[in-house]
Amino acid sequence: MMSTLAALVAAPAMAEIPAPRATELEHMVIQDCGSCHGLTRKGGLGSPLTPAALSHAEPEGLALIILDGVPETAMPPWRPLLTEEEALWIADYLLKVDP
Amino acid sequence: MKHFLAALALCAAPAFADSPCCATGDLGLVVERASGSVLLVDRSDHAALARIEGLGDLSHASLTYSPDERFAFVFGRDGGLTKVDLLDRAIVARTIQAGNSIGGAISDDGKLVAVSNYKPGGVKVFDTETLALVADIPAEGKTIGLADLPGRRFIWAVWDNGHAYLGDFSGEGPVITDLGHVGANPFDAVVTDDAHTYLIGLFGEKGVTAIDLWEENPKPVRFLKDYGKKEEDMPVYKMPHLQGWAFTGGQFVLPAVGQHELLWVDRETLQEKGRTAMHGQPVFIIAQPASPYVWVNFATPSNGVVQIVDSRTHEVVRTLEPGKAVLHMEFAPRGAEVWVSVRDDNKVIVYDTRSFEKKGEIEAQAPSGIFFTARAHQPGL
Repeated sequence: MMSTLAALVAAPAMAEIPAPRATELEHMVIQDCGSCHGLTRKGGLGSPLTPAALSHAEPEGLALIILDGVPETAMPPWRPLLTEEEALWIADYLLKVDP
Repeated sequence: MKHFLAALALCAAPAFADSPCCATGDLGLVVERASGSVLLVDRSDHAALARIEGLGDLSHASLTYSPDERFAFVFGRDGGLTKVDLLDRAIVARTIQAGNSIGGAISDDGKLVAVSNYKPGGVKVFDTETLALVADIPAEGKTIGLADLPGRRFIWAVWDNGHAYLGDFSGEGPVITDLGHVGANPFDAVVTDDAHTYLIGLFGEKGVTAIDLWEENPKPVRFLKDYGKKEEDMPVYKMPHLQGWAFTGGQFVLPAVGQHELLWVDRETLQEKGRTAMHGQPVFIIAQPASPYVWVNFATPSNGVVQIVDSRTHEVVRTLEPGKAVLHMEFAPRGAEVWVSVRDDNKVIVYDTRSFEKKGEIEAQAPSGIFFTARAHQPGL
């Protein structure tokens, strides 16, 4: 199920992320982002990240927040762990896939 | 006489039939965070007994036990408070009491269960028998570090305004006392095992705050004010957790936030006694009962490792690699074994704490917190 979802998202928009890595990224969103934003992305210490909550956000802007974090908050910069393409893939995933 | 005995047997039989079959002192629950279930386990048999489902979003879930060790109160991320019967292996009551919550505590007499909420922020208190609402204490933000204190009291802090509060529920209505400003963005807090000190970790500034709970008028005292100020902070990919924060050998052992270090502090003077360089950002630091050792796990991406540190020398004595994404460790109450949850390997590993050999392995779905029923008798848990 997880890999199917990942493949669906990855295929049209972000073909440059290989499927195994896309599966890892999806797992990271659910489990690691989920630590603060909730497994269902309804929020926690971090803000909600459902497609509805992000409806006014641009993928590029979200990718920058993922890469550089938000100063003075608990959102860390993920640049040491993610490429720019991968951050954009995650941004796209958050905007398109319902938890 | 025969008739009398027969009559006695008749009377006695139904009563015994209604009685539960098993004791609970050897049981525990493992949170399966992604599937909204808890796994009932037997500590001595290293076995899973049953899976109880339907508990909602259990990311960051924790739980506490009734004094008789029969019931668990599970605090879910989605605001769900669920009462689980360990003997009937079933949910007996459940309420969605807020939009978003983070943890809870049970009163020392077992009559009240309190939940710490993020949205709307505050603390709600429930009757443990029925889960009926007893009190609703709103807060100016997300409440963290909720813990029980003797005499039907609870203590907590608020991430957004940096204040700590004491709630006394022993009288007719709750009496809430503002204990003052403890620092910027308290992320978690814990009561020491002797209920003497409330220790509050800060994310928004360097330092830790202590409140002496034995004082007539408890006040926040800052310490470790300059830890890590010279070094550039590293990203914190998972907030440290302070429940289970280690108190050992006359010291507090604290996770440095943004540094890959443990900080050792003299319990009496609150002066730093040393530091230990670690494998990653420490998340849980838990004292192995009846020993000088503490066990430490780490934030992603360093979360495949557990390190064991000697509190006398402050040196790492052992590094284990249990598997992918180690989230929690729970000791047998007398310290002989430790259970380690390995989320991405879908298992819980049991280690012997003297030989470090694997004693058992239990399959579990994305396991996180492990909670043995012995917690029922520990203040602060």
